Amino acid sequence: MKLNDTLQFASHSLNSAHSRSFLMIIAMSIGVAAVVILTALGEGARLYVINQFSSLGTNLVIAFPGRSETAGINPGMLIGQTPRDLVLDDAMAVLRSTAVRRMAPLAIGAALVSNGPLNREVVVLGSTAELLAIRHMTMAQGQFLPEGPADAASPVVVIGTKIKQELFGVENAVGAWLRIGDRRFRVIGILSSQGEAMGMNTDELVIVPVASAHMLFNSQNLIRILVEAKSREQIERARKETEEILFKQHGGERDVTVVTQDAMVATFDRILRTLTMAVGGIAAVSLAVAGVLIMNVMLIAVSQRTQEIGLLKALGAPPAQIRRLFFAEAVLLSLVGSVAGLLLGQLGSFVIGQIYPTLPVAAPWWAIIAAFGTALGSGILFSVWPARRAAQLDPVLALARR
Amino acid sequence: MIAFSNVNRDFLVGDQQVHALRDINLTLGAGEYVSIMGPSGSGKSTLLNLIGLLDRPSSGVYKLDGLDVTTLDDEEQARVRREKIGFVFQFFHLVPRLTAAMNIELPLILGGVEVEERKERVAKLLESYGLKDRAEHRPEQLSGGQRQRVAIARATIMHPSVLLADEPTGNLDSATGKEVIRLLEQLTEQGVTLIMVTHDRDNGNRALRQITMVDGRIVGDKRKSD
Repeated sequence: MKLNDTLQFASHSLNSAHSRSFLMIIAMSIGVAAVVILTALGEGARLYVINQFSSLGTNLVIAFPGRSETAGINPGMLIGQTPRDLVLDDAMAVLRSTAVRRMAPLAIGAALVSNGPLNREVVVLGSTAELLAIRHMTMAQGQFLPEGPADAASPVVVIGTKIKQELFGVENAVGAWLRIGDRRFRVIGILSSQGEAMGMNTDELVIVPVASAHMLFNSQNLIRILVEAKSREQIERARKETEEILFKQHGGERDVTVVTQDAMVATFDRILRTLTMAVGGIAAVSLAVAGVLIMNVMLIAVSQRTQEIGLLKALGAPPAQIRRLFFAEAVLLSLVGSVAGLLLGQLGSFVIGQIYPTLPVAAPWWAIIAAFGTALGSGILFSVWPARRAAQLDPVLALARR
Repeated sequence: MIAFSNVNRDFLVGDQQVHALRDINLTLGAGEYVSIMGPSGSGKSTLLNLIGLLDRPSSGVYKLDGLDVTTLDDEEQARVRREKIGFVFQFFHLVPRLTAAMNIELPLILGGVEVEERKERVAKLLESYGLKDRAEHRPEQLSGGQRQRVAIARATIMHPSVLLADEPTGNLDSATGKEVIRLLEQLTEQGVTLIMVTHDRDNGNRALRQITMVDGRIVGDKRKSD
């Protein structure tokens, strides 16, 4: 029997049992669609996080106090010294590196901000004029912190749109006075709304010069030094040099962690990719279930078509041929089911993408191949037994039944 | 061309040994017209199944055209069945979802014959069996006589040398039954060996050689002298 005829015969018999075939195709396509949609969601989440990171700034190197790895007891501890905090001098020193384009120190604290009777507790950032460019922020109104030496305090403040609305309503805020803690600041600018990026909502920011922040919170600490490298190629050099400079600044102690944003992105990338694969794997279980369903239905088909099998044997079909016929049916079913599932999955991803436009939902190619392969594989695997059973039917008994 | 020597066929029913065939020695020549008669359970159908290679003897040797077919494996037996043996059943055994033409075509498909040749041979056969206008009908749309004619067409399309008919008229009224018998008899005139198992004495007596079986043994083997 020719392959072409085998396929035709198989599709003919699937056609004539259309409700059964239809149900099997549905089971298969739901499984495939589940894999496609879930991995698309996972991949979307991954891309979303990466986008968030890059919206934080490009070519970023970030320094923060403390070290993630501890190298036993350091000499400082013996003479009663704790690792030093990052201070403004450290930040200024970083600019000595030729790989660094600009730098923005970051101090942070919480304070009560009030305009007359209206007040609320906010997170106050202390930084310099460079923060605007490094963080890719834009102004809606007025201007950002003035250029000038980082250690010069001045009573000016830049606020986010939400803070502006809550404290000033529709009034003009630029030029108005705002009380932060026990000091007065003049509002010189309002940030344009950019939404949330890595948990920091620019709409709810209150930014003052870093020296003013230090005065406000009575501390000299920086929580971060944001460093922008001159180019993508310079990132690693900027990181190394920043580390070296801070090492020297801190009297030969490596008590500062310097990471590149790329490294952080890579970590998240890895975590989310693993998550996507795990979720896809769980969805693939439904494919195995669909496979068992195919086996079950094929077994029913074999017993329903006992007579036909007996007849085919009497007409001279060898056992291998009978096996191939049932095999072809399973393959056709899982093929159609997989294709339908892929279409369903793409449609589902598209719909989700429409509902959550910020999420770049798209199934990765490996998930599509894996879903397709698993569906086809389980369909074939689970048809082996029914096909064998059909092939081993005793023709005399098969034909005697009516 | 068909030679059975000392063929036995035993079944195990529960824990009881049933001797369906005992010591069968039988030789049938090419183009013979043979009827096998006997009461139910006498082994007629078992003998037919053995001849048709649907079953294997428990002991003994079966030679078809000089070839010891009992030693062949499943694959080779299937080929012999396809090329040399045609079956006609009491319940027709047409595939219900296939049209008459496709049912007839089935052995050619299994044999891997090219499409053009298949269509040609099926058309020719439909014509000669008077089924031309029934070609695209499915079995349920055909009368009993038409169904059996389709089945006979299917059994003969590979030009088998042996045609095995198990109660071919058992499910037909007597007029249609006679028609079918005449059709089968015509085939013997073309050199096909016809072996027909039947309950019907009238049909059985038409055969040129009449074998009678009781309890798995051949108890009568007479030839009509004409």
